[in-house]
Amino acid sequence: MYTVLMFTLIVLIGAFLAGLLGSLTGLGGGVIVIPLLTLGFGVDFHYAIGAALVACIATSSGSASAYVREGITNIRLGMFLEIATTIGAVCGAAVAIFLNSNVIAVIFGLVLVFTVVMTLRKRGSDHEDVVGSPLAKKLKLYGTYPMKDGTIKSYTLTNVVPGFSVMWLAGVLSGLLGIGSGVLKVLAMDSAMKVPFKVSTTTSNFMIGVTASASAVVYLQRGYIDPGIALPIIVGVLAGSLSGAKLLKRLDVKPLKIIFCCAIFLVAINMIYNGMLGKF
Amino acid sequence: MDKIKKTFVDSDIQVFIGKQLRMGVMIACAIAIVGGIYYLCRHGLEATPKYSRFLGEPDLYTTITGIFSGIIALKARCIIQFGVVVLLATPIFRVFFSLIAFMKEKDWMYVFITALVLGVIIFSMTTGVKL
Repeated sequence: MYTVLMFTLIVLIGAFLAGLLGSLTGLGGGVIVIPLLTLGFGVDFHYAIGAALVACIATSSGSASAYVREGITNIRLGMFLEIATTIGAVCGAAVAIFLNSNVIAVIFGLVLVFTVVMTLRKRGSDHEDVVGSPLAKKLKLYGTYPMKDGTIKSYTLTNVVPGFSVMWLAGVLSGLLGIGSGVLKVLAMDSAMKVPFKVSTTTSNFMIGVTASASAVVYLQRGYIDPGIALPIIVGVLAGSLSGAKLLKRLDVKPLKIIFCCAIFLVAINMIYNGMLGKF
Repeated sequence: MDKIKKTFVDSDIQVFIGKQLRMGVMIACAIAIVGGIYYLCRHGLEATPKYSRFLGEPDLYTTITGIFSGIIALKARCIIQFGVVVLLATPIFRVFFSLIAFMKEKDWMYVFITALVLGVIIFSMTTGVKL
């Protein structure tokens, strides 16, 4: 049995590492916070989801601010797709209430496996010479972004409806599991809509905060967010992700990414196994 | 000319939204730390609440009036929870400021889109009350 002080300090260190590794590997904070709390500390799944949502909002808003200012984030695209993610998030949060912790654990494990596979996949392309669809033009979803050499590059995009649908699913998973669903959001923009990779990742990050807030307001009012858990999670994850962003500029993260993805894969299997045995 | 003007306003919004997001997170974190230090000073050596079983939180932590009455009564956990509320409000305010920015730009299509997102969040907020 921990004292409050011990619990806070240990979770603080864990959350710092979650934020650090989450930003170095691009996996995000939420997917690490949940196994940390449930498997590591025996915290109930509901509390863990509440804490993970809080972690997502902190990391997303903290890091999004820089990209928005640099003009990489496509605010209109993000805004438009947030219709889908917020509706999805409300659906997910509504469904989560009726689901047993073990069912959520199994779904979480499966999503974790998918996240690992997608993270290890090779980096998406810049999608040059994409012919923008009429709907994308009508919605003013085109944009520009600064290249490494300082030149401004313009782009258009396509497949608005499929992208929008995948975004809805990303929102559902976010509301259901308390994760940012960044991987699925990037997949929707990069693979379906042919948005340049850099714009996809930063716009996804920008959207995570709003998506998570849409379901977090439900979780807060239903008593899933405990201040004693939220405290070390907010402070730890935020400090970790800010340090990660600084380290990222002068570190080769590829080996770390592979090792860490293997570890998360094992966690995912553990999650599915325990969920099937009904241990949560 | 039209195009130049538009990008100018757009980059203005970007700077503002970027600052607002960072400010919100930092303020939320600062409130949580202040409440947290107070919480650890008062309850640090007590046993951890039973997090292994979900009981739900009392109204004190789940409603705005509860949280504020707790802050006035100097309850440490309510101060932390207020930090959480500020954090949740940060992206929601971002949507609200975008709405104003699109209005200033007279981009009515995006005023509508942004209002829709805000509407979904408000719907979620008002129906999320404990059943």
